[in-house]
Amino acid sequence: METLVIAGRAFHSRLFLGTGKYSSNDLMRESIKASGTEMVTVAMKRIDLSDSGDDMLQHIVDERIQLLPNTSGVRDAEEAVFAAQMSREAFGTEWLKLEIHPDPRYLLPDSTETLKATERLVKMGFVVLPYCQADPTLCKRLAEAGAAAVMPLGAPIGTNKGLQTRDFLRIIIEESTVPVVVDAGIGAPSHAAEAMEMGASACLVNTAVAVAGDPVAMASAFKMAVEAGRMAFEAGLPLQPAGMQASASSPLTEFLNRP
Amino acid sequence: MIIMKIRVNNKEIETAAQTLRQLADELQLPDKGVAMAVDNAIVPRTAWAETSVDATKDILIIKAFAGG
Repeated sequence: METLVIAGRAFHSRLFLGTGKYSSNDLMRESIKASGTEMVTVAMKRIDLSDSGDDMLQHIVDERIQLLPNTSGVRDAEEAVFAAQMSREAFGTEWLKLEIHPDPRYLLPDSTETLKATERLVKMGFVVLPYCQADPTLCKRLAEAGAAAVMPLGAPIGTNKGLQTRDFLRIIIEESTVPVVVDAGIGAPSHAAEAMEMGASACLVNTAVAVAGDPVAMASAFKMAVEAGRMAFEAGLPLQPAGMQASASSPLTEFLNRP
Repeated sequence: MIIMKIRVNNKEIETAAQTLRQLADELQLPDKGVAMAVDNAIVPRTAWAETSVDATKDILIIKAFAGG
């Protein structure tokens, strides 16, 4: 399979994994391992002074894994720029999953603020991967602003609804000059496989793995689905016509003698 | 030892630390995945030792957390 390259870094796995919602750090670590991922998202939080807690990072640190800190919790571009700088200081990486979703109910990204923040952060030297609406025009603008990849949503975060935006994802994939990572909404390996068959560069999955009955086995299932989907895409899927006309795969004549 | 009241993450705490470095040690912060800001200005880790803890300023400390 073709190696994915984002901002000059090669990824041998096209599955990116979130670290939220695991019931323990051990399960998170084992799931990361089983998924084969080389890109893992992390969030930031104000420390709780009454409870120092476990240091989750020590369960992820591995030189094959690129940390992708996110800006979850910010409400606009200005807060995102501040969070990005804190993240660069905390994690020692310029890589950033830019996410600005001020609406707590649907967690939908604010396109205007996301574009504004992308423009500023790219100029500051960040490798910006914006979580965004599945809006082809917006994705073009983000790429023009210097985003290293675009990460349009399949469905709202944590809903497991799959590729509700598939028709727009198709257009984005067809037109994008930067890698397209389908982020959010992927709730089953079949959803991930579908995205990869469509030609997505990668999938970012969190909830579907973390809250599965057996997260480690699910991580492995996603690994296979992403590989199968990509392999199918590269092998060249037969065209699927818009209409519903059948196309014979066996000869229809020259078999039975009919008058 | 002088104990001072300072504001960290919108909470008042008592500390003997005089610099951000000493505060980090006192709070047993991990070596990686932590960042500090004073009055919304980020203080790089390399400057913690020479940045004094000031009771009139707001200190923000963040750390790595699980997330998607």
